[in-house]
Amino acid sequence: MSYFFQLVISGVVVGSIYALSALGFVLIYKSSRVLNIAHGQIIAAGAFITYGLTVWANLPIYLSFVLSMILTFFLAMSVERIFLRRLIGEPIISVIMVTIGLMSILDGLIYLTPFGTENFSFPPFLPVTPIAFFGVSISWTQLVGVIVTFTLIAGFSWFFKKSTVGISMRAVSDDQLASMSIGISVPRVFGLAWAMAGLSAAAAGGIIGNITGLNFDTLHAFGIVVFPVVILGGLDSILGAVVAGIIMGLIQQFASGYLDGNWGLNGTGEVLPYIILLIILLFKPHGLFGIHEIERV
Amino acid sequence: MTYLTVSDVTLTFGGLNALTDVNMDIEPGIITSIIGPNGAGKTSILNCISGFYHPSKGEIRYGRRSLTKASPHQVSNYGIARAFQNLELFSGLSVLDNLMLARHQNLNYSILHAVFYFGKAARLEAENRAYVEKVIDFMELEPYRKMMVGNLSYGVQKRVEVARALTLAPRLLLLDEPMAGMNIEEKEDIVRFILDLKKEWNITVVLVEHDLGVVMDISDQIYVLDFGMLIGKGTPDEVASNPKVIDAYIGEE
Repeated sequence: MSYFFQLVISGVVVGSIYALSALGFVLIYKSSRVLNIAHGQIIAAGAFITYGLTVWANLPIYLSFVLSMILTFFLAMSVERIFLRRLIGEPIISVIMVTIGLMSILDGLIYLTPFGTENFSFPPFLPVTPIAFFGVSISWTQLVGVIVTFTLIAGFSWFFKKSTVGISMRAVSDDQLASMSIGISVPRVFGLAWAMAGLSAAAAGGIIGNITGLNFDTLHAFGIVVFPVVILGGLDSILGAVVAGIIMGLIQQFASGYLDGNWGLNGTGEVLPYIILLIILLFKPHGLFGIHEIERV
Repeated sequence: MTYLTVSDVTLTFGGLNALTDVNMDIEPGIITSIIGPNGAGKTSILNCISGFYHPSKGEIRYGRRSLTKASPHQVSNYGIARAFQNLELFSGLSVLDNLMLARHQNLNYSILHAVFYFGKAARLEAENRAYVEKVIDFMELEPYRKMMVGNLSYGVQKRVEVARALTLAPRLLLLDEPMAGMNIEEKEDIVRFILDLKKEWNITVVLVEHDLGVVMDISDQIYVLDFGMLIGKGTPDEVASNPKVIDAYIGEE
């Protein structure tokens, strides 16, 4: 039984990070209908910036975590301003091609730095002995990571529900013409959506980096698992991203915990998200919480 | 008082002129109608004024401000509001929330005030709510206040659209076919609202409408467009007796 709870805990840890990564992706899609293929690269960039500030600039890790979020906020905002702004009104396929190009450029830039090929790990700043209770253990980095993740998700939800900027973002995702006519600047909202996505991606990157170590492939993989997560949750639902993120984390952990090694199976945790992706697309293409577009004639 | 002037506006899409050298002069406090056959450029001129399109040539001024290059949200901040021909409402929200959202520009209190909801935040929210209630009252939307916009009948949704424009407290209101698809009774209601807007709220109204009966009854001045060109202007009587206008509507014999 304690094995089961151990899997639940690691599932929730990984799942909450998926949720945070998916949040940024959904944010961009929800406001501007752009699929940001380069999201994984932004997550990785956030993680590397955090590392650089902590180790090379010798800043306290909490400070560099926040600084990296701020830097990525502006980085993503300028990406929108420079590349995506001029594509407003262009066909969706051109926009996707641009984000694919963006992915390659960021990949190339990251491979120019030592982070592209080498592995790094954050200096330990929390107690290394895991906390154990009832035969289940959780490491301090995991615990702090989960707490930070849930705090950020709660903060984002509050922001969208209550703040004026958040409300104008939701207005834009509902009806752009109407939003413009009541005095909301739609390009500004797009820029902010990217900026917030960058900020959440950097946070996710920093947390992943602390839990699993800094490896470009691992970080990049988080950007890809985002796809099954958002498809499961519904592309335009923030709640969906959070719920589906955690579901996906649990499914992965249970799969690798119970299936791997039996019946000659291996690596089920890596494959299962994509099998779910296909099943969801076949039977419930709007996901769990996505909006069904019903057109009345 | 602020005048709206449109001078020599030309709007080109590819090689096609949607508008050619259009001139308009709209005095404050009057009802101006823009009429013309389908595709004459009526909605295009509204789009130019409200910043959705920018004229390829010419200038649009509102008082001392130039609207030629302004973006839609700037135009709306200058006190020009617009109701769309096809409904553009937040259909998942209640009537009240749709209107409150249009007041968000007035919410300039700090985040601290917002979190604890005291002082300025509470006061502004109450003021905005009072203004919205005034608009709901005026547009006779009381029974629908809490209902989801998407579930209301077309006629009522059109009224919500006008109400949302009014909620911005505009000095100039652009109405794009507010009576399209309505029955006689609903049309009479809208006509009454427009006349009261002029009399009681002192709002300048620019109206695009196909119902010539209504247009002739309520307009102070009329502009007639055909193929993007201005073919007539003046009081309803002048326009009705203008041979070019008669040609455009009835065709040459």
